[in-house]
Order: sequence, then C-alpha cells, then structure tokens
Amino acid sequence: MSYLLETKDITKRFGGLTAVDHVSLGLKRGEALALLGDNGAGKSTLIKIISGVHKPDEGEIFIDGKKARIESPIDALAAGIETIYQDLALAENLDVGANIFLGRERMKRSLGVLKVLDDKSMREEAQKVLDRLDIEIPSLKKTIRTLSGGQRQSVAISRSIYWDAKVLIMDEPTAALGVSEQKKVLDLVRTLKDQGIGIILISHQMYDIFEVADRLAVMRRGVKVGERIVKDTTPDEVVSLMVGSETVGKER
Amino acid sequence: MLEKNASGRATSVGAVKAAASFFRSRWVLIFLVLEIVFFCFRSEGFANLSSMQMLLYYGVLVFLLATAELFVIITGGIDLSLGYILGFASIISIKVITRLGAMGLDPGLSILIGVAVTLVLGLIPGLVNGALVAYLKVPSFIATFAMLGVCHGVSELIINGVYAMGLPKLAADIGSGHLLYIAPGGGTTFFQRPVVNRGAVVIEIIPNIVVVTAVIVIIFAFVLARTKFGRHVYALGGNMDAAIRAGIPVKRRLLGVYAIASLLASVAGVVYALMYVSGKADAGASLVMDSIAAVVIGGASMFGGSGTMGRTMVGALIIAVLDMGLRMAGIPTFDKYILVGVILILAVIMERYVKERE
Amino acid sequence: MVSERAGEGKNFIDSRAGRFLAANWAACFLVLMLIVFSFTGKNFLSIANFQNVVHLQTVAFLLAAAELFVIITGGIDLSVGFVMGLASVGAAKLMQLFLAAGLGVGWTIVASVMIVLVASLLPGLINGIVITKFKVPPFIATLGMYGIANGLALKISQGYPMAGLPDVLPSIGNSYFLYVHPGDFFSFFAKPANFADHRIRELLRIVPLSLPFILIVLAILSFTLRRRRFGRHTYAIGSSMDAALRSGIHVDAHLIRIYVLSSFLAALAGVFNIFQTGIGNYTTFNAQYEFFAVAAVVVGGASLAGGKGRIWNSAVGVLVLAFLENGLAISGVQPFYRYIAVGVLLVVAVVIDKLFPDMR
Repeated sequence: MSYLLETKDITKRFGGLTAVDHVSLGLKRGEALALLGDNGAGKSTLIKIISGVHKPDEGEIFIDGKKARIESPIDALAAGIETIYQDLALAENLDVGANIFLGRERMKRSLGVLKVLDDKSMREEAQKVLDRLDIEIPSLKKTIRTLSGGQRQSVAISRSIYWDAKVLIMDEPTAALGVSEQKKVLDLVRTLKDQGIGIILISHQMYDIFEVADRLAVMRRGVKVGERIVKDTTPDEVVSLMVGSETVGKER
Repeated sequence: MLEKNASGRATSVGAVKAAASFFRSRWVLIFLVLEIVFFCFRSEGFANLSSMQMLLYYGVLVFLLATAELFVIITGGIDLSLGYILGFASIISIKVITRLGAMGLDPGLSILIGVAVTLVLGLIPGLVNGALVAYLKVPSFIATFAMLGVCHGVSELIINGVYAMGLPKLAADIGSGHLLYIAPGGGTTFFQRPVVNRGAVVIEIIPNIVVVTAVIVIIFAFVLARTKFGRHVYALGGNMDAAIRAGIPVKRRLLGVYAIASLLASVAGVVYALMYVSGKADAGASLVMDSIAAVVIGGASMFGGSGTMGRTMVGALIIAVLDMGLRMAGIPTFDKYILVGVILILAVIMERYVKERE
Repeated sequence: MVSERAGEGKNFIDSRAGRFLAANWAACFLVLMLIVFSFTGKNFLSIANFQNVVHLQTVAFLLAAAELFVIITGGIDLSVGFVMGLASVGAAKLMQLFLAAGLGVGWTIVASVMIVLVASLLPGLINGIVITKFKVPPFIATLGMYGIANGLALKISQGYPMAGLPDVLPSIGNSYFLYVHPGDFFSFFAKPANFADHRIRELLRIVPLSLPFILIVLAILSFTLRRRRFGRHTYAIGSSMDAALRSGIHVDAHLIRIYVLSSFLAALAGVFNIFQTGIGNYTTFNAQYEFFAVAAVVVGGASLAGGKGRIWNSAVGVLVLAFLENGLAISGVQPFYRYIAVGVLLVVAVVIDKLFPDMR
C-alpha cells in the first residue's frame, strides 16, 4: 500500500545547527503515527516543514505518491494537510461556526446585491461535522470562550475535518486536558482513523501513544533514531530510544 | 569568511565586524553627536558655553519626565497623566508658598515648606494610578488618562481661571540662578550673582535647576540599576508571571513605580514654577509625548523589561538639541514635531535591526 | 429573575438582570443621566439642546468609529486627531488656492474635498506599513504620525485658522432638514429667504443634516463589522493573530486596510469640520480628540486588548461623554467635576468589562 504522506531525506538547518537531519517517514491512510523525542529533537521543526511554515533545505515531500510543493501554510492546507497546534489557534470571540469557517467564510446575497456573511448556513454545516465526529456542543451561537478545553480541541479538529483534511497533525493534543476529556479526544482520533485520515501525533504521553498510535518514530538531535510498530514495542524501549542508551546509527 | 585565521589572531575582517557591532549598539549616542555637529555648522553660537547651558536649562522638564516615564514603561505600562501632574504641582507649590509668605513666613522657609508639601501631595495621583493598575487591573493607558483629566480638573478648580503667581523674589532667583558665578577680575561666588559694574561680564556656570535635576536623575538611575527595587521593576516588566512566582510583591512594586513617576512629575512642576514664576494647569501637556519619545528613542521597549536611564537621557538630549537647534537656525517649531515623529519611528526600527543582528 | 441552582445561591453578577445591566450599562447610564440632568439643568431636556449636542459631536462619532476598528484588532491609533486637523487645514488650503485660481465655488469645494479624502489614505498607509512590515508597536507608530501630521498641519496653516473659504460652507454644514415658524410657515433645508436673522430664536429647527449623514456612515460601518468578511476577519485578528494567520487570512494586508480606514475617517471628520465651522483649523494639543475617541470606544464596551466592540455601542459611548459634559455644564457645575466625572466613568467602564468578560 502506498503512503498517504511521505517525507524523504528532509533536512533543515538554522545557521550552524541542523535541526532536522535527513529524516524519512511514511504515513499510511487510516494510520496514526506518533512522533516522539525529547525537547530539541526536531519534532516541531519537522512538523512545521510538513505544514508549510518552514522550507526544507533538502529532501522532498510526497502526497499519495506524487511530489508536493509545500512552500507556505496555504500550500499545505490546499494539499489537505491540517495542523492542530497546542494553542489551538482559535478565535475566542467568535462562535463555533465562525471558527470552522475562518478565512473561508460562506457568503449569501442580501437583497440580491450585497454579499453578506451567511452565519446560519455556517452553523448548520458546523453542526453536521460535529455530529459526524460525535461531538456534543450545547449551543453553537455562543462564543467558544464558554467551551471547555476538550470542546475547543474538538472544534479545532472539526475545522480540519470539514476542510477534508487528508493528513492531520496534532501537537500535544491532550496536554492541557482533564482525564475524561483526554479520553474523548482519543476516541475522536480513532474515529478519524476509521474515516481514512492519516494522523501524525506529537505527544509525550506514553499512554496516549500506546492507546491510539499504530506506529511510532523517535527523533533525537534531528535524526530519526528508530521506528517501531506500537504493538511490538514497550514504553521502556521507546524511552531508551529517545534518551539514547541504545546504540544506533541513523536508520533510513 | 573566518573571524580568526589559522594562528588564532583576529583578522581585519573580524575587527571590522566587531567595530560595526560596537557602533551599531551605540547608534543613539552617535546620532546625538552627529546632530550636535550638524547644528554647530548650521548656526554659529550653538556650541558655546551659554548655549549649552541654555539647552540643559530648558531641557530639565523633559529630563525629569523622561525619567518618570522610563520607570513606568519598563513595567510595560504608560503614564499619560504626568503632564497634568506637573501642572498641578506647579499650581499647588505657588499657592502654598504665597500663602505662607502672606502669613509672614520668611521667603526661604516658605519655599522650603511649600516644596515639601507639594511633593507630598504630588504622590497622591501616582498612588491612585498605581492602585488602579495593580489592584483593579485597569489598563495603564485608561487609568492614567482618567487621572490626567482629574488633575486637570483639580488644577482648574484651584486657580479658578487665573494664572497662579506671586512668588517671592527668592524663588525667581533660585529658578534662574546658577551654581557658580565668575566675574573676571572680581571673584567667584556661589549661588548669588556678584554685584558688578554695568556692562561687566559675568560668567555663569551651571544653572541651579540643572544641578538639582542632575542629582535627581543620578539618584533614580542608581535606584533603577543597582537596588533590589530596580531589579524587581525590570523583572515584572519582563515577565510578570515569573516575577510573581519568584515572590516579588508585584502589586506593591507597581504602586511604587507610579508613585515615583508622580513624584518626579511633581518635582518637575516645582521646577517649572521656579523657572517661570507662574503655574499653569496645562504646563506639561505637550511634554508627556516628548518624554515618551525620549524613552523610546533611548531604546526601551514598549512591552516592558528593558531600557536604561543613560540611554533615555540621550534620547531626551536628542530632542532638546533638536528643539534648540531648530530654534537657533530659525526653522519654525512645526518642523520639530515632524522630525521627532520621524526620529521616533526610525528609532524603533533601528532598535529591532540592532537586536536582530546580535 | 435570579436563576437558581440546587444548593447554590447565584449572586447578582450571574443573574439575568446583572448581565443585562453589564452589557448595556452605558446606555442605561445615558438614560439615567438624561433624566437627572433634565431636573438639574434648565433647558437641558429640549430638542434644541439635544440636536445641538449630537450635531457638534459628529466629529467625535467619526473619530470613535475610526478608533474602534483599530482597537478591535488590538492596536491603537493616536494620530486621528491630528490627521483630522491636517485634513481640515489641507482642504482649506486647496480651497484658497482654487478660489484664487478662479475656479467656481461649487467645483472648488468638490475638488478640494475629493483630493483631501484621497490623500488621507496616505497617513494610514504609512501607519499600516510601519506597523506590519517594520513591526513597530502601534502606539509608537501612530505617536510618530501624530507628530508628523501635527507638524504638517501647523506648517500649512502657520498656526492660524484658515479663513477666506466659501461662505456657503457653514450653511451646508449647519443646516437643518426642516425649519418651522410655529403657527406660520415652514421650509426645508434652509431658513426661509426673507426671514430676519435676529428672529432666529423663534424658529423651530428639526433634525440637523449632520444627523442623517452620521447615521448613514455609522450604519455602513456597523454593517461592515457585523455582516461582512472584513469585519469578521477584524474580530478574528483581534482575538488571535495566530488563528487568523493559520486560517489563511492575510493579516498584514488587513491591518494596513484598517489603519487606512482609520485615517480616512479622521480626514472625513476634518472635512466635515470645515463644513461646520467654515474655517480650516489645525488641532490643538489640548483638544485630545484621540483620547476622547478611545475613551468613548472603551465606555462603549470595547476592550483595549482587542476582539470586542461595536459601532453603535461606541456611539453610545460618545453620547455618554458628550451629555455628561453638556449636562454638567448646563447644570452649572464647575469644570473640576466634569473632568473627574469623565475619569471615573472611564475606570468604571474598564472594571465592568473585567467583571463581565463574555459580553460581546
């Protein structure tokens, strides 16, 4: 089966520092790939390259087997790569519908002439997506400031789904959540996998990784030091890969 | 290109880079020097002793307000009320001094007491500002803007439409007097103008108020740079949360900062009264913007956490030199506003550029 | 109307009455003020007084609207007062030049106004570019423009009000929709031709033309904020610049547009001022128009941190400040209390905003 998303030999340098060193990864449809590594390992940089924030110095990205030019966040969005950052990047003063459609608002014609925001239809579409993902949000008219952390996370995810994300990158999705909300987010991840979406998950939570991830890749100092199938490995092995007690060269 | 060659000695390229960095970080000072040189050429009489002293004399108000504003800006706030606190202080000081004089008190004593009372009263606006900002979490822009209006109103009430005036002669003498007088062939005297024949030249050295201002500025520079209070001020400006967690009594410090600013503005008000022998409610209205410009040109960040007295004073000097230079060259003051505005923006851009290169 | 939850008494802050009050406190306060002043001030509660206040505040409405857009994005524009002065002086200069060149009155006015309004895009453009491309904080950038605009205005006017403008200007700016001589006759748009000037007090003047003018402008701006993409993106940028960026919104371009809009509205105010006064005037330091514009916007419920604020609420803010001054003056209160009242009001506005952060 070909990869949904593949990176080959991605390299990025900042001045004298090589943040990402010839990293090659593959992500299949309906699969969750966990990306692990200590601080400074290069995970965030790699993610930013895939989502268009940085341009790689070397290497290529392939989507569904075809080479992709990703040189800005807009290119990434167009390619179906959506990223959910730790700070969610949602507008607190807008409602759920407005957030999901931010930047791509639906308009309708008022009095035949003027183009005006079509809040009603945006809310309806939002409701559909929330239903599809089995998320419950009581009132779509209120601003998202009134929502809990987990609900906001769901809104961020819904936004990506609505725009037909093929690849969803999630950066520490459960970090700021309580236990029951963490569970909900993990359920959501499973739902997304069932729908054929590929997920790259950055997380420090071993529990989350072993719950929903199919494969994992470990980075250390910019280099991919190991790749494992989650079923076939243990947290201890993962940690030692991260910290470096195993002797490894670069794995390609 | 390597900074050092194989044997470890710095190459000429390295030296050039180091020099460039040295000058880049001191660009404000260099700008000041260039400015002074420019005006020296533009108009004669710019660089002599009396002109320089005049520069400092008229600049004291901005120096004091800039010092005050610096404290507040380092905490990430801004104080718009300082101009009207200055006006308020100028009025109060005159009222008290003249009242004491009318009661029969010796002029020297009434001035002393009057100034003391003014300074004490001058703390109040600052304490209110600080309380609003620190305890009620009112944005400093709003709080000080409100205080500006209140001071204005109180000032107007006190003077009831008339200028405050009537200071004893001693006050005027202090205000325009100098530290040192040299009468060639005569002698030197401190503080008092020597009696000389008509037409004889007397050299005046350092106006009194410049001395006072210098002392105050140095004191507060010391407070900012070397005391625990000063450290705390920088800390809470840099990262409020970290400061709180480090145990710094952030609210009390903020209160202190605004009180200091208010106090300094009151000193400026007293100085104004001594200089012009009258008090006005809006005496300092346009000075606030100048003092903010001075602080920013001096490199402080509007977000707080940075800025030093030395560089702020350089910024204030740049504006003072500009003022006097334009006046001497016969260029109308209108251009000053334009130039200060342009310099202000360029200053911020330069600061960013310098920071990025480091 | 206090909602009750099992075992928990809700305090006033969370009750429906409390929330209504918080969301509309400015309007409620305005009504309260009007009532109180009608008792304490002679002639306060008269059509003439109300119309006068609203008419004179036209400029304030425009400046507050200008500030609102900028403040919603989390910025501030300190230059509006002086850009207004620059526009006033610039238009006056142009009119003087055109008249001297022999151009007819009608064309002079139209041409001068058009040129000034187009030129007004420049200060805003500069502000916007300095803020977005050079990353200068809005406070500083607009402070710089404040000085530049002021200096230019003073240069053009040399410090004096500029006269010699067409006489018809104040007639247009100050005319009313309807003039009625009770029991006698009425006329539209101008007082009756052979009506003696000294009998002007007998005339009942209804609806200054500035009122529909400002209502239309505010309505357009309010519509833009609430129902157009431009408005939606403005709120988004104010709430989270990151969210806006990652949604593909061109934040830099948008911000530049916002500052251009602000200086355009400020220039519009300056032009309108010429129509009201008949002379070109630079703005003095003491007038502090920009601060009052910001104050009105804050009293109207916007937050300096951005993300909140509405046009009509800001208009209420302008009215609150205006009637406060007007009412106190008519009631014979000394200036002292007026300044304090405005100051206290401002602080109250902010405190209420902090207590009830969810009010839109």
